[in-house]
Amino acid sequence: MQTRRQTLKQSAVVAGLLAGTGLFPQYALAFNKDAFAAKSINDALKALGAAGAPTESGDVTLTAPDIAENGAVVPLAVSTTLPGVKQVLLLVEKNPNALVAVFNVNDAIEPSFATRAKMGQSSDVYALAITADGKAHYAKKEVKVTLGGCGG
Amino acid sequence: MGDPMRIRAQAKDDKATVRVLMSHEMESGQRKDASGNIVPAWHIQDVKASLNGKEVFSCEWGPAVSKNPFLQFVVKGAKAGDKLSVTWTDNKGDTRTDEATVS
Repeated sequence: MQTRRQTLKQSAVVAGLLAGTGLFPQYALAFNKDAFAAKSINDALKALGAAGAPTESGDVTLTAPDIAENGAVVPLAVSTTLPGVKQVLLLVEKNPNALVAVFNVNDAIEPSFATRAKMGQSSDVYALAITADGKAHYAKKEVKVTLGGCGG
Repeated sequence: MGDPMRIRAQAKDDKATVRVLMSHEMESGQRKDASGNIVPAWHIQDVKASLNGKEVFSCEWGPAVSKNPFLQFVVKGAKAGDKLSVTWTDNKGDTRTDEATVS
């Protein structure tokens, strides 16, 4: 039998999921970080503890192709000239889980990273720099995908 | 334990550009197998790099990073001859470390 406390806790979890997706109550991935499980960009940001609404910034540079022929391998590069950046994030808006990667920035590293991501369909790609004061600055670019990289 | 990583670290001025190619399936958890069951996610979730034994870089990945992932980052203050090691850990607890010399 469930105690009242358990019931309340579970309904809170489900409510949170529903609020995040608006559609799918099921939890597809059992990954240990809320941020990576988040379905939308805002949820991912919340889970990472970013404060306030992200602002578009010319100091964040996102390099991505206009058209990706193969959604399984989309080269993405991000760099920023903002001071005091703590984390750099890559997000794909229409992926099942928006967050692709989190790079932690420290004094020994330049905030400039490149990797390759999978994209399920054409979508906006966001590069986000979170500074020490919790503010999020972003750059975005639309990438058209000819062949999706998530299903199959 | 996966196959070895390919690591290239090139020093220029007072910093080094590090390029890593890892060998990993990076299963997204979205795909279905022939009988319609979802193939469970299997991906690298944590990558760390250290220069001469001191950790300089870390990142976290979701399943949306491509198969056989590529990673590039820039380490400040690295010189030719420095030892750079890269470690990844996947969501099954598997881990691999490889080392390269900055050139």
